Amino acid sequence: MFGDYSIGDLGSIFVMQGFAGLILFSVYVLMALGLAIIFGQMGVINMAHGEFMILGAYVTWMTSNVFQSYLPGLFSGYFFLAMILAFFASGALGMLVEWALIRHLYKRPLDTLLATWGLSLILQQTYRSVFGAREVGVELPQWMLGSLKVTDSIEVPINGVFVMCLTVLITVMVAYVLYKSRWGRQVRAVVQNRIMAGAVGINTEKVDRYTFGLGCGIAGVAGSAFTMIGSTGPTSGQLYIVDTFLVVVFGGAASLLGTIASAFSISQTQSTLEFFMSGSMAKVLTLLAVVGILMLRPQGLFALKVRK
Amino acid sequence: MIITSRFFNRSELIGFIALAAILFVILPLSLDVFRLNLVAKYLTYAFVAIGLVLCWGYGGILSLGQGVFFGLGGYCMAMFLKLEASSVENTKIQSTPGIPDFMDWNQITSLPLFWQPFHSLTFTIAAIILVPGLFALIIGTAMFKRRVGGTYFAIITQAVAAILTILIVGQQGYTGGINGMTDLRTLKGWDIRPDHAKIVLYFVEVVLLFACIGIAQFIRLTKLGRILVAMREQEDRVRFSGYSVANFKIFAFCMAAIFAAIGGAMFALNVGFMSPSFVGIVPSIEMVIYTAVGGRMSIFGAVWGSLLVNFAKTGLSESFPQLWLFGLGALFIAVVLAFPNGLSGIWADYVQPRIDRLLASRKSKSGGWADNSVADGAPAE
Repeated sequence: MFGDYSIGDLGSIFVMQGFAGLILFSVYVLMALGLAIIFGQMGVINMAHGEFMILGAYVTWMTSNVFQSYLPGLFSGYFFLAMILAFFASGALGMLVEWALIRHLYKRPLDTLLATWGLSLILQQTYRSVFGAREVGVELPQWMLGSLKVTDSIEVPINGVFVMCLTVLITVMVAYVLYKSRWGRQVRAVVQNRIMAGAVGINTEKVDRYTFGLGCGIAGVAGSAFTMIGSTGPTSGQLYIVDTFLVVVFGGAASLLGTIASAFSISQTQSTLEFFMSGSMAKVLTLLAVVGILMLRPQGLFALKVRK
Repeated sequence: MIITSRFFNRSELIGFIALAAILFVILPLSLDVFRLNLVAKYLTYAFVAIGLVLCWGYGGILSLGQGVFFGLGGYCMAMFLKLEASSVENTKIQSTPGIPDFMDWNQITSLPLFWQPFHSLTFTIAAIILVPGLFALIIGTAMFKRRVGGTYFAIITQAVAAILTILIVGQQGYTGGINGMTDLRTLKGWDIRPDHAKIVLYFVEVVLLFACIGIAQFIRLTKLGRILVAMREQEDRVRFSGYSVANFKIFAFCMAAIFAAIGGAMFALNVGFMSPSFVGIVPSIEMVIYTAVGGRMSIFGAVWGSLLVNFAKTGLSESFPQLWLFGLGALFIAVVLAFPNGLSGIWADYVQPRIDRLLASRKSKSGGWADNSVADGAPAE
């Protein structure tokens, strides 16, 4: 399978596929970050996570439409506002859902899976009724089009670079919030021992609500970034949800570093394999490898060592 | 009667008789063949749901990959039927006669090796049981021996469902791809398409369903069933008592897989095709929904859940396609939030006591059960 290519070609192939993998990696990381907070820290299986992401995508699409019609002069910068709006829209919906649904189910984690699946059906139908069944695409501002020429045979698209920078920024922010801020300490305390955290005066209900909101908000940003590389439809969220759960589980549910490492390995494996065989086989092999490794190491790559 | 009274308690016996009467007598007499065939289709999911009651309700293992086993059973059956439908005379116009049409379209010139044994019906029936059973055994052993359970198990079975769907869709030449295996015609020379065949198949399926109900009920009532419940409630204590928790879980999971596979095989026979759209994540979760709505702790509830949700789905999506998803989602949230034991829970908690009280007060009026009616708090008039 390598015979037809020269060493130089192969080098470029790996770089180009590696870059395509990096974009996939960015989307995985953004979605998985939110899920790692919700599933890893809170133990809630949020099957509607993809729908929160799609909400962010639709918010971005609406923002771009508004800017196109009313503020064409500022169009090149709409994206930054759209991302903030997406974060707050998804986050607010997340907090509402936590209040109405999730908080009743903390003791029954498997039931959160069923309830959020019902929620995802409702959200999908809502999107279909409000935005139509067709996929929508966002028009990118001028500066994001085109690509950077690194060498003669290697080109990287600018929007991909932008998405990656965004991913790095958000990851750093989340890590800072969770590991350095006072609120993050509270979150981790609640996760590790809810009763004790409550006993020392942490308002655990409030922490839960904001944690869930933060996870959903990040999903919204992921959706916003997603519009730059693909189109959005009512059911697009479902395509990613299993992959994202695997990313989180593979990395070790409560470890941010693990999430990033597993998103990286999964996306790179898949995009490299994709060049040599059909996309579906590449996906099958990647998923099989992940499931196989999970059977050997059920706690994931980076397991948090706690007493049970 | 002695056996049944040990096998079912009184309310279960009533449930059993009611279900048997409805499935064997009332539905076949009142519905036309098209609707009866729909019922047959819904009942194939009831097989899956019964398996889920054992494995999820009793064993506490939520599998989101039952579509995999449903699909494996269905595809085994469909492969046999497809080979019979693509005899040399039937496929004269193909460039290679004697192989299924989708292989011919995908430039495959000879029957692949793993298709060869499916010429035999005996092998096919064995495969319907053994292939999903072995597959479940492998997954179950790998997971439960290492004490993976709960949410992790659910997510991994979900990934397996995704893998199998992608594989089936991707390998068009061997599996028929996204369209699946269509145009299934005869079973050992007996045409499965006309009306009378549909009716016969319906009855075969109901008999099989009751066989599965019997097996599940047997498992539930033996010591095995009690160990499963104990394991769900306090896994560690069961382990410390010297039971091999993993083996019991593997057993429950394999039984659920085999039930699902039988359902899948009956699906292929009744509906006349099999496609990857019954294998993946969405159908797998829907099968869990049927179980949850019917009641995860009740074998009969699972059958009712499969029937009612599917009837609602067909009815609502025919007339209000928009409302259906809202309705299904809301139903699901409501069941999880308010009625964790589903319809059978509502029955047991709210309807059954009233009926009992009604019967008791009747009896007390006739004079036999005076003490009881006082104890039940019947109004003193």
